[in-house]
Amino acid sequence: MIKHTLRAVGRALSVGLRCSSDISGGELIDEWTNSSHLTQQASLYVHWPYCLRRCSYCNFNKYISRENNDHMMTECLQRETETLLQLSQVSCITSVFFGGGTPSLAHPSTIAAVLESVSRQANLSDKAEVTLEVNPTPAGKSKLEDFSRAGVNRFSIGVQSLQDEDLNILGRDHSSHQALKTIEEARNVCPGRVSVDVMFGRPKQSVESWEKELSELLRVCDDHVSLYQLTLERGTQLFRQVQGGEVTVPAEDVTAEMYQCARRTLHQHGFLQYEVSNFARHNAVSHHNMSYWKGRQYIGVGPGAHGRFAPLGEGGVLREARTQTLEPDVWIREVRQRGHGTRRRIQLGHLELLEEVLVMGMRMTEGIDHKHWELFSPQLSLSEVFGTSTDVQEWLQSGRLVLDDRGLRCSWDGLALLDSMLPALLVELERQIRQRLPRDPHSDGQTKKTSNP
Amino acid sequence: MSFCLVKRWCEAPLLRRVLQLKMCVRKIQNNNMTFTLLRHRWMKRLPVFSSSVKAISTQTDKGTIDLSKFPVDRIRNFCIIAHIDHGKSTLADRLLEMTGAIAKTEKNKQVLDKLQVERERGITVKAQTASLFYSHQGQQHLLNLIDTPGHVDFSYEVSRSISACQGVLLIVDANQGVQAQTVANFYLAFEAQLAIIPVINKIDLKNADPERVESQIEKVFDIPGEECIRISAKLGTNVEKVLQAIVDRIPPPVASIDDPFKALVFDSNFDHYRGVVANIAVFGGRVRKGDRIVSAHLGKTYEVNELGLLRPDEHPTQKLFAGQVGYLIAGMKDVKEAQIGDTLYLQEQPVEALPGFKPAKAMVFAGMYPMDQSEYPGLRSAVERLTLNDSSVTVQRDSSLALGAGFRLGFLGLLHMEVFNQRLEQEYNASVIVTAPTVPYKAILSSAKLIKEHGSEEITIVNPAQFPDRSVVSEYLEPMVLGTILTPDSFTGKIMTLCLNRRAVQKNMVYIDSQRVMMKYLFPLNEIVVDFYDVLKSLSSGYASFDYENAGYQAADLIKMDFLLNGRPVEELTTIVHRDRAYSTGKAMCERLKDSIPRQMFEIAVQAAIGSKIIARETIKAYRKNVLAKCYGGDITRKMKLLKKQAEGKKKMRLIGSVEVPKDAFINVLKRKDK
Repeated sequence: MIKHTLRAVGRALSVGLRCSSDISGGELIDEWTNSSHLTQQASLYVHWPYCLRRCSYCNFNKYISRENNDHMMTECLQRETETLLQLSQVSCITSVFFGGGTPSLAHPSTIAAVLESVSRQANLSDKAEVTLEVNPTPAGKSKLEDFSRAGVNRFSIGVQSLQDEDLNILGRDHSSHQALKTIEEARNVCPGRVSVDVMFGRPKQSVESWEKELSELLRVCDDHVSLYQLTLERGTQLFRQVQGGEVTVPAEDVTAEMYQCARRTLHQHGFLQYEVSNFARHNAVSHHNMSYWKGRQYIGVGPGAHGRFAPLGEGGVLREARTQTLEPDVWIREVRQRGHGTRRRIQLGHLELLEEVLVMGMRMTEGIDHKHWELFSPQLSLSEVFGTSTDVQEWLQSGRLVLDDRGLRCSWDGLALLDSMLPALLVELERQIRQRLPRDPHSDGQTKKTSNP
Repeated sequence: MSFCLVKRWCEAPLLRRVLQLKMCVRKIQNNNMTFTLLRHRWMKRLPVFSSSVKAISTQTDKGTIDLSKFPVDRIRNFCIIAHIDHGKSTLADRLLEMTGAIAKTEKNKQVLDKLQVERERGITVKAQTASLFYSHQGQQHLLNLIDTPGHVDFSYEVSRSISACQGVLLIVDANQGVQAQTVANFYLAFEAQLAIIPVINKIDLKNADPERVESQIEKVFDIPGEECIRISAKLGTNVEKVLQAIVDRIPPPVASIDDPFKALVFDSNFDHYRGVVANIAVFGGRVRKGDRIVSAHLGKTYEVNELGLLRPDEHPTQKLFAGQVGYLIAGMKDVKEAQIGDTLYLQEQPVEALPGFKPAKAMVFAGMYPMDQSEYPGLRSAVERLTLNDSSVTVQRDSSLALGAGFRLGFLGLLHMEVFNQRLEQEYNASVIVTAPTVPYKAILSSAKLIKEHGSEEITIVNPAQFPDRSVVSEYLEPMVLGTILTPDSFTGKIMTLCLNRRAVQKNMVYIDSQRVMMKYLFPLNEIVVDFYDVLKSLSSGYASFDYENAGYQAADLIKMDFLLNGRPVEELTTIVHRDRAYSTGKAMCERLKDSIPRQMFEIAVQAAIGSKIIARETIKAYRKNVLAKCYGGDITRKMKLLKKQAEGKKKMRLIGSVEVPKDAFINVLKRKDK
């Protein structure tokens, strides 16, 4: 309680001009037209690398911790947050996301400490979205209240499935009953700000069982749902099982049907799809995730975290793609030695930045509007870049793409096939940029590997 | 001095003595005589001259050899023929060691097989030659071992090597017995009327059954079992008997030193510094440094720069005489100038060319393309360098819409092609895409206009794009081969079914002993070029052996098959096929195409068509969903990398209508199946 108060004071003290407290998260920037403002704010991603066990489908950067080093992790997460905030010179952090790993394994005080560090360096509005990923175990559930007190105001719950048998195959450490209980508790703590993650395309799943599961989920869920098709990643146990024929996953036609069916069902229940895998009602979109898709700056803290920001603090003007050291012990050592564990820095040239803006922007149902594009590409409009492509013309005619006075976006059908269209869009973008802006000094990225003593 | 010579050769016929005298006169004219004769006298004084092979050879290694002291009747030209792995090269090693041509060490393994691929595969590709000095019954003999390629792909080269010989050692493994290649090689030697010495090798093996092999040899080749020499080349057992048999049973060459110079080119190599090195067998007269010679095939004149013996390394001499075998360098810049089977003669004494010369005829064609077009210059120079050494490869520049610039190469046969490809990769480090092999078809034209255009009624079709329409053709022809299969009789049923499926006609079937069967089939070459040998080997657990020889052309019901993607033909896949095989080939290729073309946003029909008739179809379903599930901050880098790769790949796609076909798809469909 004391800590919480302190943090609130800290935040209030550092409230700046650009980030007044009545603005929630990412809405502000859309009204800006000057791209220099892009570098003045960022979202923050904090990676908690530990899990209790390995899920059979997961290839994320996670470690099964051998001993309790919470104290050291806390200290280093704080330290790196401070270093990188300083480096970025952002005046405002628009949202914070604690991901993992299993960040709900972290002590709530760790979350509070990191948020305090943020508040010391930049504006962090009280209303800024602060999300924590939660594993729906009894232990996770019991800490939700404390997390909320530490400053978390949104929970993303990794339900994955409501079938116990499936949870078992996926290697999850919770039951469907525990998941339902956790959702209930989270909705009590943060009403209207709870998201649930579910997976489809799971071993042995059928369209019918998926429909049933979905309607069960809709009875208990809050205002946000993320639906992910199970992706078989190399190196995972599930990948090997499927390769070896021990486990079968539904065919592509079946998963496509599951996706379409879920989109329809959610729509009927008032959930609007705003991204390939994300649905919200009552406008409960994830502002943090929206800022990725809108091409805004983000700072990644923690082992293996990714970031995209311009290091104004050391005189850099170009946005960089930055990756932190993957392995927690090494990362800890580096943070202690030099304040951060940035392992790789790649400068993004003009073309590369536009490529990311395109690829991420097209994932949203609203697509890329003209103003948004202009922010990154003041010289070449969306129509100038894509208007003459025969592929684009074909997709406009076949109703997969829309290019109108709002901007460029996928149709309902087109969104499911986005990855079949992106390569052609990228080819066209590169062609137009090279043709029309031939002397772009920043068109090629440069890699800087941070020396690692 | 002339007197010495005459005395030395007093046992030779008068004619030859006169000849020697004549020669001396010549030598004097050339200021060579003193040296030659001194050498001769020195040798004559040697007490060990005719008793120790070793001593002689060691001495001769030190200086120039006087070949004039080997009259024709002390010369034996022979080659060794055998099925793969029956021990030809090991016997050659022993013969070389025992006659002192090479030192006797453990390392002498396949000394004559110089190429990496030869040693790896245990086959001989390039014929190597070695002159051996052997003393027998007080007389020194010059034994010329002409090593031949062991495979009938090189049957023309084998036949030329054989025509430089009077006898062969026919080696048969005491364990495996007579195999397909033994039979094929035997007939080549038999038809050339050579003395055949059967040698049963590997008698030291535990499972050796020389009696059984002897009876096979009696049965198949009609050679009395007593004539077989049982040896172990590995241990050297009875190899001396082989040397004796060479002298006793093989007749000397019929060649007269009186005749004008006449030599057969039975092999040629390219040396980067000296140009073409031709291996020759002198059939008449003699040749020496400075002579002006002519190649009968091209009619070009050259001056002899260097000549000598091969022991097996080059050993320069002043002259080569009738009956002898050696090498000759005469400023030829291209192996095509010294083609195998060609005749060489002196400019001032033209002779009739030796019979049997045929320019190399390619029987199997395959496209070779660089993996990446930027590697084209590298591939080109590698192909050029390799073909410098192998005049039997025909090279045509080719370009495919899918695979870019490359070559269409013609080979003598399948093994030849594989060996070439392997050498390309091993010796020149070139990685190549090899398309499925095709054979040269022929068409008899019926249209007077076309006949005039082509200058002949019969045309050869190497590229399916040139396949003339049925309406202007009276008959299509396909190349045939006579295949010999030897197998344990338990597999005959399966093998007969296989052959039947390959449109083969059985010509003959005999039991060569109580368990082994020899079958002869007439095959369309096209039916065996891709995987016949592999299938045969696998259905007989490796026991059946196969060999073939060309058997001319036969009329065949050939058709051109097109492949369509959503109705648009894919030029590079057009194939000539026998009507009976159209459906199975068409279906197989459609399936391979289906597996190689990624799904797209629309459905793709993959069809095989003959004219306007579709005979096979596969469907590539449209993508219903293709979008990454999760794409957040930490996923962008990886996602961008993947998309950029796809975008790059897209630039290299071949567009058939609106269907994007990756280059890999063509490679998968066109390349030979991996074994």
